[in-house]
Amino acid sequence: VTDLRAPALATTDLRVSRTDPAPTVVESPPPRRRPRLSVGHVVSGIALAVLAIVFLYPMAWLVLASLKPRPEVFDQALVGSEVRWSNYTDVLSAVPIGLWVINSVIVGVAAALAVTVSSALVAYAFARFDFPGKRVLWVLVLGTMLLPGAVTLVPTYLEWKAVGLVDTQVPLWAGNLFGSAFYVFLLRQFFRTLPRDVFEAARVDGASHWRTFRSIAVPLAWPALVLTFVLELRASWTDLVRPLVFLQNPDLFTLPRGLKAVLDQYGQGGEAEWQLVLAASVIATVPMVVVFLLAQRQFTEGVSTTGGK
Amino acid sequence: VSVDAPDRPALSAEQAAPQQRRAVLARRDRRAAYLFVSPWLVGLLLLTGGPIVASLVLSFTDYDLLSSAQFVGTENYQAIVQDDRALTAMRNTLLLTALHVPVAVLLALGLALLLARATRRTAGVYRTLFYLPSVTPPVAIGVLFLLVLNGQVGLVNRALALVGIDGPEWTTDPAWIVPGLVVMSLWSVGTTTVILYAALLDVPRQLLEAAAVDGAGAWARTRYVTIPMISGALFFSVIVVTIGDLQSFTEAYTMYFGTSSAGGADSALLFVIYLFQQGFQYLHMGYASALAWILFLVIAAITAVQAIVGSRFVHYEGDR
Repeated sequence: VTDLRAPALATTDLRVSRTDPAPTVVESPPPRRRPRLSVGHVVSGIALAVLAIVFLYPMAWLVLASLKPRPEVFDQALVGSEVRWSNYTDVLSAVPIGLWVINSVIVGVAAALAVTVSSALVAYAFARFDFPGKRVLWVLVLGTMLLPGAVTLVPTYLEWKAVGLVDTQVPLWAGNLFGSAFYVFLLRQFFRTLPRDVFEAARVDGASHWRTFRSIAVPLAWPALVLTFVLELRASWTDLVRPLVFLQNPDLFTLPRGLKAVLDQYGQGGEAEWQLVLAASVIATVPMVVVFLLAQRQFTEGVSTTGGK
Repeated sequence: VSVDAPDRPALSAEQAAPQQRRAVLARRDRRAAYLFVSPWLVGLLLLTGGPIVASLVLSFTDYDLLSSAQFVGTENYQAIVQDDRALTAMRNTLLLTALHVPVAVLLALGLALLLARATRRTAGVYRTLFYLPSVTPPVAIGVLFLLVLNGQVGLVNRALALVGIDGPEWTTDPAWIVPGLVVMSLWSVGTTTVILYAALLDVPRQLLEAAAVDGAGAWARTRYVTIPMISGALFFSVIVVTIGDLQSFTEAYTMYFGTSSAGGADSALLFVIYLFQQGFQYLHMGYASALAWILFLVIAAITAVQAIVGSRFVHYEGDR
């Protein structure tokens, strides 16, 4: 067997391919355009625009205020008397925020990669195999999805402490090596939509289970894997709880933990330097917004199919 | 949710093979299955199942990391019932949830209905805009709303002043701190909006058109066709938002607690914040575990009630 995918793709009726959007999203045909605009449509159009401005205003204020000189941060004016890029260089020299960005990227990518690979393997087992104990294990997968994170927080901390990894970044991502119930559920649903014939054809051709997984399941499930990666990247990027529990050394902080430290240091009392806090907030926010805009299809469709996280 | 998955690959070509060979293959299949599922088995032992049992055991002990754990029976649970801060934290959390869930779901429904009236392309742009706050780190949201809600200079009170309302001191008046948290949480309503908008797109147009032909106005169509058709998604949203609210931590912690704010204002004390303080600031690991189980029971009870009430109102397409 040299190339499993080509003949399989040619001979089977594939409902899903790498370029298709997630097939779990059932979209009705686009509504027919009305020939004329009713009053109701004009009103709802205006309402949407007004609400969008209300939603975006705080974000815009954050970015613009982060560029104001210190005494003007709380002015009525949306834009300051001058654009102070130095707020950003000041915060870069006041705290190791460049390091926090790097930490966040490393931890985020490790967490997302680990959870995507491990959850895909586990989901594949539940989707394509029958084995003793499968039913019980599947109920346990669903059960752990409903459990509040607070219940396992203390014992998990004690475990990482026992192996001497508290105050390292390992606990922030290594747990993801063992799959996560939510993504196992998501990917299992996806694997089950893939046509069975392809897998059977591969098996008949003598491909190993591993090879079938890697050369057929993974390419076909690519959109769902990207969704998993992106959702977990966001979860890791925005998480405060784990860094708060596991990290003491400021050099190891991720951005949310670092931003909390900046707020505690520069957001207090009369000595406050809010322009620095705001600049740090923008630095913590912008990278994820960019990722979101690049991958927004995965984000919003993922949310509508899975209910977010 | 279906839990059965009996779609084992039928190896039709192998079926003619001798029985012995099939047995070998079945064993290989099983071994492969366990290999694929093995990360989850390890995780179950170390990260979910094991810790759940450990947490339950710890909740009946007194453990401070320094000396070994002492079994104390139900003392932790008895103490929680008399712990003023635990009760305050629970009260604040329930108030936050009770105020936030209905407003958030109704606001999301309103936004989704507006999106559904726009063309697909326009709706796509607005959907992105409304979802932006949901990719903002909660710590940054906390920082931002500490200023947005500020009584003197905050955007909220400035906007209220435009219509002649003298807004409250959202961040310092104890009576207004939880309502302030609710206002802040409404900013992240985009996730629910996206879910409900997706549900709205699935409402069959023929139904709405038939209702229109029968003389139903826009309001009647929404109330008697659209809402029942998306009641499953609405119900799901109510449950997800409720569970999320009962566990909220990050924004309120960012705004009112931390190293320099000396314990923080108890009017912002949420249950998970109190759990965090007990466990990781005072190192009362047993007590924190008991708090976690109380929280779990409260969440389970509220979700169960919602499920029972919900099942009376939710219309499932398959039932017809």
